[in-house]
Amino acid sequence: MDSPLLRMEGITKIFSGVTALDGVDFTLGRGEVHSLIGENGAGKSTLIKIMTGAYRRDGGRMWLEGREVDFRSPEDAQHAGVVAVYQEVNLLAYRTVAENIYLGREPRRFRLIDWKKMNREAGALLARLGLDIDPHATLGSLNIALRQMIAIARGVSLNAKVVVLDEPTSSLTEHEVSILYDVIRRLKAEGVGVVYISHRFDELYAVCDRVTILRDGKLVGTRELAGLERIDLVCLMLGKAREELQKKGATAFEQHELKADEPALLRAENMTRGRKLNHVTVSAGRGEVVGVAGLLGSGRTETARAIFGADRLEEGQVYLEGRLLRLSAPDDAIDAGLAFLSEDRKAEGIIPELSVRENLTLAALPTLTRFGIVSAARQREIVERYMKRLGIKASSAEQKIRELSGGNQQKVLLARWLCKNPKFLLLDEPTRGIDIGAKGEIQALVNELANEGLGVLMISSELEELVEGSSRVLVMRDGQCVAELRGKEISQANIIQAMAEGKAEEKQDSEEKQNPESRIQESE
Amino acid sequence: MSDAAKVKGAVGRRSSLADYAPTYGAAAALLLLVVANMIFTPNFSDVNNFRNILLQVAPTVLVAVGMTLVIATGGIDLSVGSIMAIASAIGAVTLGSGVGVAILLALFISVVAGTFNGTLISVFRIQPIIVTLALLISGRGVAQVISHGGELIPFDNPTFEYLGKGYVGPFPVQVLVMFIVVAAAIFVMRATAFGRYVAAVGGNEAAARLSGVKVHRTKIAVYAISGLLAGLAGLIETARLGASDAQKVGLNIELDAIAATVVGGTPLTGGRATIVGTLIGALIMQVITTSINMKGYSYAWSLVIKAAIILIAVYIQRPKVA
Repeated sequence: MDSPLLRMEGITKIFSGVTALDGVDFTLGRGEVHSLIGENGAGKSTLIKIMTGAYRRDGGRMWLEGREVDFRSPEDAQHAGVVAVYQEVNLLAYRTVAENIYLGREPRRFRLIDWKKMNREAGALLARLGLDIDPHATLGSLNIALRQMIAIARGVSLNAKVVVLDEPTSSLTEHEVSILYDVIRRLKAEGVGVVYISHRFDELYAVCDRVTILRDGKLVGTRELAGLERIDLVCLMLGKAREELQKKGATAFEQHELKADEPALLRAENMTRGRKLNHVTVSAGRGEVVGVAGLLGSGRTETARAIFGADRLEEGQVYLEGRLLRLSAPDDAIDAGLAFLSEDRKAEGIIPELSVRENLTLAALPTLTRFGIVSAARQREIVERYMKRLGIKASSAEQKIRELSGGNQQKVLLARWLCKNPKFLLLDEPTRGIDIGAKGEIQALVNELANEGLGVLMISSELEELVEGSSRVLVMRDGQCVAELRGKEISQANIIQAMAEGKAEEKQDSEEKQNPESRIQESE
Repeated sequence: MSDAAKVKGAVGRRSSLADYAPTYGAAAALLLLVVANMIFTPNFSDVNNFRNILLQVAPTVLVAVGMTLVIATGGIDLSVGSIMAIASAIGAVTLGSGVGVAILLALFISVVAGTFNGTLISVFRIQPIIVTLALLISGRGVAQVISHGGELIPFDNPTFEYLGKGYVGPFPVQVLVMFIVVAAAIFVMRATAFGRYVAAVGGNEAAARLSGVKVHRTKIAVYAISGLLAGLAGLIETARLGASDAQKVGLNIELDAIAATVVGGTPLTGGRATIVGTLIGALIMQVITTSINMKGYSYAWSLVIKAAIILIAVYIQRPKVA
């Protein structure tokens, strides 16, 4: 029997003591499109980088067409026929399509570049992939999708045997995605193996043959996609056994009545932004914790950011206490009484070089100043109060925040908002990456705040947290709200079911009444 | 001891020593330089010599204070020398309308130039080095046009010249101005919300924005302040010379200001600012120049030594990679 195109066995990678990949196996056949999926930190990108020579592995073996290989660099891997096409395309924007495809190995004649031959061959290659692109065109004049195709064409011209596509569709429109599918099918027909990373289930089922699931750096399994139910796929990603879920949940679907008399504290309507958010409507009342569930890339973070004014919306309005908010930047939302805890503590939360005191009071400074001068006494009072209330452990308020543990950093960031007495909290993964103790404390705090009358929108990838902490759970998929669970409906089983198979609700008609211009067509 | 008690006792305590290590290092270096010169360089200990050092360093310090704020936000301002030239030219040309008018107009235009920098950098997202390089080049041209094609404009106006030549008691006016500006900048960075925003924007712009910090406004303000201080330095230089020379005023001062900032312990990556450090950094540079001069060595040597000190300072402060 033929050896597989690419085989990886027991791949292990350790980053400064932390195991990122732990004995992962992966095989790719000729003409196979193989999807690689997993949540944050699963190890997808580490595996890809080892496959394409960007990282060296710390353990395991790898074979290409039956020959054992050990790539020392991406160039090395390219020579052997393993090519990666990343989201951010690394090509020369000011050179032509043909030049980019043949960069570094231009056809020569009398030691000079043979332009005629290069353009002719590039044209033939593009035609072979079914792409109608002029090889003389400047790369920068093409849109991002076509640039990505050029990157793939370059890979093919290198006689690629394995092409790795890392979230190729994240910035593409529907039409561009279909061009990509065509190219993938042609590659497949030529016997090229494709590794396809995407968070969108529809895409996996549309183009992939098999799927390998990773979780926390470990291999969960490899499955044929044909016949695999979505719900099983979600269970594998999240590490839940399906049988166990079925037992607990799915018993009583008791529909709770909406309390129609009380107007919602926060209501975000019809929020739309490219393919990331598609007519999302969210509402939450006083004292309510609304959970948001969804896999990576489902639009959950985008929802919170949109409500907070951190990203511009193409459509949609946000109302707080019935008042329409003018959201051009976060400070508008903050003035209105919203607070947002980002999922990425390091990149969007802490200011590493500043002290606990300075980080804690950053958002509240306008209320602590007179004529621009910060009141030292009021500042100290607030810092003391919140360090005590949240049990923030630091050597002093003057310690730099970057020296604190993740849990304590998160508490400081929560305190940054709480000391402003917000009306509504948007919490994106409030307990990710922090120790058990701090996690429980933060969960208890969220509860306490809701009891005091705050509204809370809590995004989490931990289903237990959502099930136990929320009075309602919204489930998102592919930028849409696909389910809303209440009361007894809230169970891990139902959430997973909705993540996998939920359909977007049709509520266009009710929205149109309030918002006649909401029919602006989506991007093609 | 309970954690709460520990925390309570600790609030309000000063920062740890390590935070100021680069600045302390610079202070120690300055002290060493001064002491060594007092021993080995004849006449260095003379009061007049110290006064001269302060006189000569004053314009650089003014510019460097603005530069420190800019660098703290993660930016850079190469245009300060050209803004000095513009302020100098405007001051000299409009002196006939009264000293007050000339000074205010010159400072106003300097602030406008800085605001222009800040707006292009924040709102239009052009890189700071490009924006201010453009004004570095064009600004000196503008200054020469204002001063009738770049000719030397001498004047005889004791009131204006007081700014560069006068004394209050034993203290030269420009040295006093320098200390007032340094003190004000220290206060701004320590005690005002604006100072906090400057460090926050440089430390993590995304986080600052999500915390409601008006990032654009903060950036525009630091470049405007840098412009204002450059304008002030330009007027002082002009008053000291008794003439405006648009081709020479403030030439290459951006390099001295950046060097003073970096040697003083403000990292070029932003997020932190030490005004005291910048003052010390500028003094180190000036003491080296002065002592080499007094020893009778060629000026060229002081350039080489200054360059070496900059490299050493940046090497010592480089981020420690885990």
